[in-house]
Amino acid sequence: MSAVAPAPASQAKEYRGVVHDLSSEIMTAWLGQLREAARGDGRPSAYLMISGNCVEILRCFDILPIFPEINALQLAIRKKSLPYIMKSEEVGYASDNCAYVKADVGFTLSGGVGPGGNIPRPTMIVCNFVGCNVYIKWFEHCAAMFGSPLVMLDIPFVRGGRPSRADVDYVQAQLRELIARCEELTGRKFDLDRLREILRYSARAEEGWSRCKELCKQRPAPFDAYFDSINMMGPINALRGTKEAADFFDRAVTHYSDLVARGVGVLPEERFRIVTEGPPPYPYYRNFRNLFESWGAVAVQSTYSTVGGTWEFGFRHDPDRPLESIAEQMLVHNLCNRTLLDRYQQIRAYVEEWQADALVIHSIKSCRLFSAGQGDMREYFSKELGVPTLMVESDLEDPRYYAEAQMKNRIDAFFEALQYKRLRGAAARAATDETHGSAARVPLPCEGCAAAHEKTRLLPGGAS
Amino acid sequence: MSMFDEIVQRCRDLLELLPGQALAAARARRPGIGGGFAVFPVYAPVEIIHAAGLMPVGLFGAGGQLEILHADSRFASFICSIAKSTLELFLRGEMKDFCGAVFSSICDVARNLASVVKRNTAGQLIEYLHLPQNPDSSRAPAYTRAEFERFRTNLARHLGRPISDAALAASLETYNTVRRLTNELYEQRRRRPESISSAELCVLTRAGTRMMPEDYIPLLRDALEQVRARRGRPRDSVQVVLEGAFCEQPPVALIETVEAAGCQIRDDDLAVGWRLFPADVHGDGDPLGALAEAYLQQSLYTSVRYDRAHPRTAGLLERMRAAGAGAVIFAPAKFCEPALLDYVLFRQTLDAQSVPHLKLEFEEKMWTFETSRSEVETFAESMLFD
Repeated sequence: MSAVAPAPASQAKEYRGVVHDLSSEIMTAWLGQLREAARGDGRPSAYLMISGNCVEILRCFDILPIFPEINALQLAIRKKSLPYIMKSEEVGYASDNCAYVKADVGFTLSGGVGPGGNIPRPTMIVCNFVGCNVYIKWFEHCAAMFGSPLVMLDIPFVRGGRPSRADVDYVQAQLRELIARCEELTGRKFDLDRLREILRYSARAEEGWSRCKELCKQRPAPFDAYFDSINMMGPINALRGTKEAADFFDRAVTHYSDLVARGVGVLPEERFRIVTEGPPPYPYYRNFRNLFESWGAVAVQSTYSTVGGTWEFGFRHDPDRPLESIAEQMLVHNLCNRTLLDRYQQIRAYVEEWQADALVIHSIKSCRLFSAGQGDMREYFSKELGVPTLMVESDLEDPRYYAEAQMKNRIDAFFEALQYKRLRGAAARAATDETHGSAARVPLPCEGCAAAHEKTRLLPGGAS
Repeated sequence: MSMFDEIVQRCRDLLELLPGQALAAARARRPGIGGGFAVFPVYAPVEIIHAAGLMPVGLFGAGGQLEILHADSRFASFICSIAKSTLELFLRGEMKDFCGAVFSSICDVARNLASVVKRNTAGQLIEYLHLPQNPDSSRAPAYTRAEFERFRTNLARHLGRPISDAALAASLETYNTVRRLTNELYEQRRRRPESISSAELCVLTRAGTRMMPEDYIPLLRDALEQVRARRGRPRDSVQVVLEGAFCEQPPVALIETVEAAGCQIRDDDLAVGWRLFPADVHGDGDPLGALAEAYLQQSLYTSVRYDRAHPRTAGLLERMRAAGAGAVIFAPAKFCEPALLDYVLFRQTLDAQSVPHLKLEFEEKMWTFETSRSEVETFAESMLFD
């Protein structure tokens, strides 16, 4: 029997807080703009993907950005995704296809996009192909449904740590071609000074993001960098380049700094610090979170929160190098366009620098970009680095793949084992102290991570 | 056994070998081969590999020839079988005689597979190509040429010897001959399907991924001569195009099943990356530039390549028209996201034109074909007696 038993999962916690409310306020305002545009206010709009996006260019032309991924996410978290997924399967999508795509397409087929819905029909579809190959298919399908022109932005995957000159030139040329399309669409000339101003807001938001993430190095962490990061992901990815997003991050930094100063954590007691890999199961977001909270486990870093950008490693959009810095962000400074091995190094840096006790991998069926090869990731962290690693499976969108009892069993067993190892380690240290009469020790998170901490400290390969 | 049957049997035997065994067989015939370099589907510029004195070997997984013992722990159950059996080949040391392998940006699984293979191998060049998805861009030709140049540079560095433009131009010419002969075989199949079955065409085409082109060319010439002379009775079958098997290859028995059940496959996208260019690529002057231009301008449509000006749906209809086919059989590998997603658009296009179609998913280790046979029979009968 463990010394500290998990709290009953039925004790639901209210996770809303100041940052959640601030985020909700500005995201709701943007969604309101989408609703107005759906009713036909004449404003041009464009579909765009989250990962490594160039929303600043659209913003420069007052083109309203629409993110189908956010639409899919909202359907899932509100437990509305399944009927739309099934609607898509009726028209030929396979059960093995990405459920984000299926939920969004099903929603569109059901009239959710257009005058009768909440989302405007896109005037243009900008496919920022940044890592995820499914993006191309998804947006091709959207273009077919709406008859809207598709502008492809082909972003070469990072193959050798950093992009080549040819990669950067190719992306910059495509950005210039996008600008020309935006000029045609809006009848407005490109305004470089305006883009610079927008990029200044982006850089301010990115700085705020980084400072928030940095604060999670503190014990206790002021927020859960997996579950609570969703409050910051909307503003940084969808609203980047606006004053509202920049102000939001200033306030978030102030709030989290205050929590750190007062020693207030996410939970009454932060017992385990974890790094999480993979998107969450949105249809069971709260249930999933409760399974970790019941063990006092707090995510101090997460890879999923960096799909849009790995800002915490230092990159900022640069108003003095507008197109070049946009190209660099799309190419290098986001999780999706980097190799799986780069991701290992990103996680390793998280485990070491954020002083985590364990790695939790949530493998999802929908997204092979995340999940293909995660078994190898587990091998690397558990066997080569000695980091306790848990891998669980479900899906980010399709509720049919979430098995609560099985999930709970796996998570409980993992933390129970982790706790046992910690107690055993403490007992061994106490015995050694008694023998050698050593002075006060710095507490180590656990045996496995202690070993990992001893190994060479690495920056995430090329991500800085 | 006729001479043609002997050729086909030789090709079948070759496909039963693991990639390393095929390389060993080729080196026994040609001791001068500098080594092997594995090519994961769909496409890679094999001419660069050949110009380096290496044998490009198609890496289509291990078919049903290898028990998966280790790779299952690295890739989840919902990942396609070619990824698992390819990794299994590396983890078991079956690829140790290869100088390396090249993967490309066909899907999320292939990309991560390249990383996992890289981490679990030592001393081999594991290369990843990002093939362009925006041929419309003014910089696409320069980018594509630079990508092929990067591959040439990395391979030359790995081997410790240069790969000259002259060698590359010669390799382009060698593969032009392969292209012409393969295209001619496909043309025979389209015009006179009774002269060569789809299964025969499939094994003849795939054998080229297991041989040096210098050995493959005479084999193709002999086969073509036999095919031209072959006489047979046209069958009363449903004329179809097979679509969706551009990466993982279906068991040959599945192709035979489709034909035995009443459908004649007049054209297909089997191993399409090895016959991507319908016309010659001339390398005088700038062979890499010519190869880049061919990739951007000439490529047959595939589900892993976006080309705004040449939609894949139009490509499928054109393929049907050219082959004289009236229906489509979709044969995506289980869990193949590009094929399964493309199926939706293809299906809509075909439905709009009242073209009958059938979807048959397959896996590498598929060994019973009764269900497939029954589905194809029903499909064929529904058309024949419509």
